[in-house]
Amino acid sequence: MTATAIAVSGLVKTFGPTRALDGLDLTVTTGEVHGFLGPNGAGKTTTIRILLGLLRADAGEARLLGGDPWRDATELHRRLAYVPGDVTLWPGLSGGEVIDLLGRLRGGLNPKRRADLLERFDLDPTKKARTYSKGNRQKVALIAALASDVELLLLDEPTAGLDPLLEASFREVISEEHHSGRTVLLSSHILAEVEALCHRVSIIRAGQIVESGTLADLRHLTRTSIAAELAAPPDGLLELPGVHNLEVDGTRVRCQVDTAKLDDLLRQLTSVGVRSLTSQPPTLEELFLRHYQAQQPAGAVPDGRREGASR
Amino acid sequence: MSTLTGTRGLIRLILRRDRFLLPTWILWLSILPIQTAVATDQLFPTAQARQDYFGTIVANPGLVGFLGPVFNSSLGALTTWRIGAYFVIVGLVSLLTVIRHTRTDEEAGRRELLGSTVVGRHAPLAAALLVTFAANLLLAAVLTAGMVSLGLPVAGSLALGLALAAAGWMFAAIAAVAAQLTEGAGGARGIAVGVLGLAFLLRAAGDSGGQGSGVSWLSWLSPLGWAQQTRPYAGERWWVFALAAGLVVALVAAAVALLARRDVGAGILPARLGPAAASPGLRSPLALAWRLQRGMLLGWTAGFAVGGVVIGSVAESTSDLAAESAQLQDLLQRLGGQGGLADAYLAGVMSLLGVAAAGYAIQATLRLRAEEEGLRAEPVLATTVGRVSWTISHLVFGVFGPAVALAVFGLTGGLVYGLMRGDVAGELPRVLGGALVQLPAVWVLSGVAAALFGLLPRLAAASWAALAVFGSLAMLGPLLQLNQGLVDVSPFSHIPRLPGGAVSATPLAWLLGLAAVLAVAGLGGFRRRDLVSA
Repeated sequence: MTATAIAVSGLVKTFGPTRALDGLDLTVTTGEVHGFLGPNGAGKTTTIRILLGLLRADAGEARLLGGDPWRDATELHRRLAYVPGDVTLWPGLSGGEVIDLLGRLRGGLNPKRRADLLERFDLDPTKKARTYSKGNRQKVALIAALASDVELLLLDEPTAGLDPLLEASFREVISEEHHSGRTVLLSSHILAEVEALCHRVSIIRAGQIVESGTLADLRHLTRTSIAAELAAPPDGLLELPGVHNLEVDGTRVRCQVDTAKLDDLLRQLTSVGVRSLTSQPPTLEELFLRHYQAQQPAGAVPDGRREGASR
Repeated sequence: MSTLTGTRGLIRLILRRDRFLLPTWILWLSILPIQTAVATDQLFPTAQARQDYFGTIVANPGLVGFLGPVFNSSLGALTTWRIGAYFVIVGLVSLLTVIRHTRTDEEAGRRELLGSTVVGRHAPLAAALLVTFAANLLLAAVLTAGMVSLGLPVAGSLALGLALAAAGWMFAAIAAVAAQLTEGAGGARGIAVGVLGLAFLLRAAGDSGGQGSGVSWLSWLSPLGWAQQTRPYAGERWWVFALAAGLVVALVAAAVALLARRDVGAGILPARLGPAAASPGLRSPLALAWRLQRGMLLGWTAGFAVGGVVIGSVAESTSDLAAESAQLQDLLQRLGGQGGLADAYLAGVMSLLGVAAAGYAIQATLRLRAEEEGLRAEPVLATTVGRVSWTISHLVFGVFGPAVALAVFGLTGGLVYGLMRGDVAGELPRVLGGALVQLPAVWVLSGVAAALFGLLPRLAAASWAALAVFGSLAMLGPLLQLNQGLVDVSPFSHIPRLPGGAVSATPLAWLLGLAAVLAVAGLGGFRRRDLVSA
């Protein structure tokens, strides 16, 4: 087993005039749950389709489980399972039939795990696929993938149609997968889900990875929110470099501080006297918005068009 | 708010959605019968010719069973008999229209969207029925006017128009009930078409014995039987229309009552469940393709089997008719002699059949594109299934499906024709050969569809345009005396006219080679390209 499950560098994919991927680099280590974050149209699905050999990259290199995703597609597919973001099924087949079929085409599935997952996801396998709701179709694809005995799971927005209860079961199942040593690439735009499940995160914008690392690494680069009640009004004490959005209301202080300057700020505060203090590490949401509120790079394509081209 | 609120708006919606479909079928189904009347008049211009023709029909139980009873030898009555199949077609079109605007919308969730606006519970059903009823009346009006303009009696023309409309009304009402029963539009269509099929069989069985026979009461169990028992141009029986009206009222009342008793989206019958686990055989791309293609294969094969029976029996009676009609005999002799007529007729049917089978070949092959566009190819190709084996799994049906359908046509047609001639051993191989010799041209079209799928996926539907061009060149080219070089572009032009014609192997070998090259090009193209869904 290779230490790197997915190694992508400089990946480019264009659809006509649209550049869906623009020099994308992505590394997923074996055994980790990797969050692949970005809004619709940023290039998540295109990347996964290239990794599956469904699309061919125009430039750059991609290695998947030590093989070439285009050339070695069928051998590699024996070792991975995929859940598409937009699950469509054959209307005349029952859910159970689809699960078995996809599992067998992948090289077999674990019947005990299948039964267990059917129960945990609360899916009736006897219904015809035409009668399933979006969420139920998603469950069919998830069960087929999770009941297969594979090394790598490629999940493209797998919880988009699930209700909160099932989302909780999904998180449970994914952490079990992690403990049994599987690698997971989880594309999502639901930050709470990624925060709860993933060890490392890559943020994609307009076909490029703009940030990649562990959640702790990423937080270090950003701001901590501070709310404090002081013994006396701070009176200009806090005009430090690295302090943002300062609000002073008598003895109450709220602000955000660059994590590197946290130490300086706290010294200032304690010099006045602190009655109470709350410090909040940045949420993933703030990380994410920081990248997305930054100016769009020149020549960026509106989301809608990019989405249309990559679907 | 009444349960009919919003009906007017929904009628406008249906008219907008069907603005091409509705006028098309109304015009075709009203003008073709008028055209049949003209043709009948030309074919049998004298009272004596018509009397002979009438005698031939009455003596042939197969013909009477298939098309219905013939009541006398007047031009109107003979025309009414010749358009016997239109009662079934009008019924079919009407029932499909009603289901399309009721259960299909409901299944797709569009009904729910409408239900949240100011639309009454019964409004969608009422709108669908009113449009279908009105379309049938319009059809009757055009038909009546056309027949009267040809100089046929007004009462008979009116009765014929109304009889067709009555068939449409009754099956629209049957569809209205069927649409309440199942959750899926497919199931509702199945029930309604099944009733239509049963009605046809009852009528055919009842009429095949001739008038006043022991089984003729069977026709009276069939709405199609009623429509034809109105006897247009043969002492119209207006009271039969009251029977039809009664049935329509009863069925619509039943549909309304059933509708009030169920939830939106639900059916009266429980939804059919599938197996909780796949059968052991469902483990290969070919097994999946069989599941997806078997319905189409069965449908085409069944259609071709029935077609074979009909054509086989009609081909035999062409020579009967010829023997008794001086005009036809004359025409025949100019075409190549007495023995040649049935063969010429069969060979002509075979070339039409080849074009139809090529339609099936394209439909089956383009399933590849439908799977790709519907995003259903993706999960399969993300497993260990390779692109070539997946493509071949469907291509098998594009190649062997039409072969099966044509072979079945040849067998049933040859059997019936042989039985009627008393020479099954001699006729069956000739008819079967005439059907199977179409295959090289059919496979060229499978190849065209496969090549477009692999190389130009967004243009895959252009296969149909290729079929239309090739089909028209081969069928109409010689009639319009087009340039032979142009006619030869069509693969169908190179198929020998069997039974009866001479066979040359070279063009057939060329066609087979071309089909193989096209298929291989398609496979190669698909291996190299991206999956494209839109």
